[in-house]
Amino acid sequence: MSEQLAIELEGIDKRFGAVQANKDINLKVKKGSIHGIVGENGAGKSTLMSILYGFYHADGGEIRIDGKTVTIASSQAAIALGIGMVHQHFMLVENFTVLENVILGAEGGARLSKGIGRARAELKRLAADYDLKVDPDAITGDLPVGLQQRVEILKALFRGADILILDEPTGVLTPPEADHLFRILRVLRDEGKTVLLITHKLREIMAVTDEVSVMRRGEMVATRETSKTSMGELAELMVGRRVLLDVEKTPAQPGAPFLSVEGLNVRDARGVDVVKDVSFEVRAGEIVGIAGVSGNGQSELLEAIAGIRPARSGVVTIDGTRIDLAAARRDPAEIRSYGLAHVPEDRHRMGLVTRFHEYENAILGYHRDPACGRGAFLDLDAIRATARAGIEKYDIRPPDCALKTANFSGGNQQKIVLAREIERDPAVLLVGQPTRGVDIGAIEFIHKRLVALRDAGKAVLLVSVELDEVRALADRVLVMFDGRVVGERAPETAESELGLLMAGATQEAAE
Amino acid sequence: MFDTLILILDSTVRLSTPLLLAALAGLYSERSGVFDIGLEGKMLGAAFAAGAAAAVTGSAWIGLGAGIAVSIALALVHGFACITNRGNQIVSGVAINFLAIGLTALLGQDWFRQGGRTPPVTGDARFETLVLPFADALREVPVIGGIYSELLSGHNILVYIAFLAVPFTWWVLFRTRFGLRLRAVGENPAAVDTAGISVTWLRYRAVICTGILCGIAGAYLSVAQSAGFIKDMTAGKGFIALAALIFAKWKPVPVMFACLLFGFLDAVAIRLQGQQVPGIGEVPVQAIQALPYILTVVLLAGFIGRAVPPKAGGTAYVKERS
Repeated sequence: MSEQLAIELEGIDKRFGAVQANKDINLKVKKGSIHGIVGENGAGKSTLMSILYGFYHADGGEIRIDGKTVTIASSQAAIALGIGMVHQHFMLVENFTVLENVILGAEGGARLSKGIGRARAELKRLAADYDLKVDPDAITGDLPVGLQQRVEILKALFRGADILILDEPTGVLTPPEADHLFRILRVLRDEGKTVLLITHKLREIMAVTDEVSVMRRGEMVATRETSKTSMGELAELMVGRRVLLDVEKTPAQPGAPFLSVEGLNVRDARGVDVVKDVSFEVRAGEIVGIAGVSGNGQSELLEAIAGIRPARSGVVTIDGTRIDLAAARRDPAEIRSYGLAHVPEDRHRMGLVTRFHEYENAILGYHRDPACGRGAFLDLDAIRATARAGIEKYDIRPPDCALKTANFSGGNQQKIVLAREIERDPAVLLVGQPTRGVDIGAIEFIHKRLVALRDAGKAVLLVSVELDEVRALADRVLVMFDGRVVGERAPETAESELGLLMAGATQEAAE
Repeated sequence: MFDTLILILDSTVRLSTPLLLAALAGLYSERSGVFDIGLEGKMLGAAFAAGAAAAVTGSAWIGLGAGIAVSIALALVHGFACITNRGNQIVSGVAINFLAIGLTALLGQDWFRQGGRTPPVTGDARFETLVLPFADALREVPVIGGIYSELLSGHNILVYIAFLAVPFTWWVLFRTRFGLRLRAVGENPAAVDTAGISVTWLRYRAVICTGILCGIAGAYLSVAQSAGFIKDMTAGKGFIALAALIFAKWKPVPVMFACLLFGFLDAVAIRLQGQQVPGIGEVPVQAIQALPYILTVVLLAGFIGRAVPPKAGGTAYVKERS
């Protein structure tokens, strides 16, 4: 019975221009199992799943669902075959109610009234069967991400999905939310559904899957039974060599405080207090990590310190210079001049102009430096030389500073930003989500670079939603929840304890 | 005093009608994520087509049909540019406005040689006013009689169509499958696409709805409200309608009230022309005519709170390559 196959892929090929995204992919997924697919970013996981969901058409190969050969020409065809997908970025209409989102595309008639009643009953049944409780009349955008994800799962089940594909489902979840998701997935499996879990987090693969397939550079390199493999083996298969999941570093030797923040308060455009009375310091030669679920004030904290976002009150001291953030509108260039560099969380929105050449981005924000030219004129030769030096030192590929920045991969784009900020020799480096959307090889490089900066006696403030990353890099961990720093812990602290703090459990309860 | 009020309100209804039709037209398109500043152009094109067809055939209904056909054609040009070819929606809208201004004047002069006018329409070639049952009998009843026989009765059929389009639009938007999908595609087309629904076809249907309503609005101007087409007869109504749409935050019933408000100001402006206002004296006509525009600016500049447009508005949908 367990030998029945829900999905069988044979020789799937997909090419985007010069890039071979999927090469001769073979995959067998057993019915009623949770099957993981791991691989680095850009390994072709999402492309393969998009083919399975009818978003793209394979150039070649065969797909069999429940033993029957099929062509999946559209999402509609996939839905008809009982395939449901929970996308990494939720495909929800935020100002719709949960019910409206669930029935969209499966309304059951030109008039809504009948379908809505049926859907309400069906949701009740699904909630009971699979522990998927969501208020059907809540506005979707008001729900926490964990619940929004549940709405996505409900959408798929409502359409009668027997095969559920989840693409990086835990990226936005807190550890307790992720655990709840895994419980749901196990229930789904026990009810006979087949679950395909796409992720790059090995811990999740080990925790929840029955079998796991590894993709590397567009190819399916191995399939293992989860119980008979290890994180080490999977990691090695993913990158084709052994990687260090832990960052090697010596104990920190903190010196004088290079960055101190006192009583910082930030109110956002909606009039909500997003950073509340935050004080801390970062000493020379240490990395302080801020852990927290995204949206708890970390982004605003970084932006306020960097001078991008106005603060209501708060004093920041950078390398001995006292700056009252509320006294006058500070601009980022002024703050930078005191010795602070900033690697913003979202490199596309704030860190780079992706349509510019690489060398232009290599000096973005520093274009008034005497090294970049005189007066109104830019010294392009000097700028290109700077850019080439960065490319060499940070192993940015392809090594061509005339290329448009958009043509670099995520990891290499991040290295462009890092090279620009670190090479100006700042006393303090603010760095947000340094490895978001970055492949494992580059992650390793970036982590090493940050530790090297620390060892050179600089102060680093790291904000990341990846708890593993914060724990691996930081010498001290501050946890933010609802705009406040709710606790300070050593990085060795158990993940469960940090997770509770991140989820807003009171400090006493977490201790 | 009461009679004056009734008269002003009566003309408010007449003046609001084209605004209401055009604003509801815009609602369909913009709720689907296709911004349309070409309402003005579609209305103008439709007004010309309706005036010309009615004058030639002697039938107001054929005029209406011609107006709708031309308006749909222009809407499809906008759709082809913005949905199929993912062009800039603002540029396309502006282009359609220019096209309509130029083409109506040119063709009007070439066909009829009356300085861009179409020949005056009379009789069956123009929509006549309808008298509601008992309107005459109730005329003498105080208050209610005036309201019924002056305000509610005695309009042409397009006025009734315009006001009936309000509850109808609400019903379509919030009680039908098409409406649900329309609202969804304007907020998050990717959600619609992954649900297995064609974003393109949905948006085309939305701009066709826009075409139909703009066509009725145009026909109203040339073969119902006036007896023939005059050069540039829309005179910015398409833009006022757009303002009303934003002002009403893209909701059908508030759209009606916004249009009535603009129509009311217009009616007051006409009424006050050459009149002595106590304490002020004669108010310059231009000042009053500017009122709706000033009000629009003031209201949009912050008195109505943030008007959040459909989230996906203004951008063409491209399947992401992830």
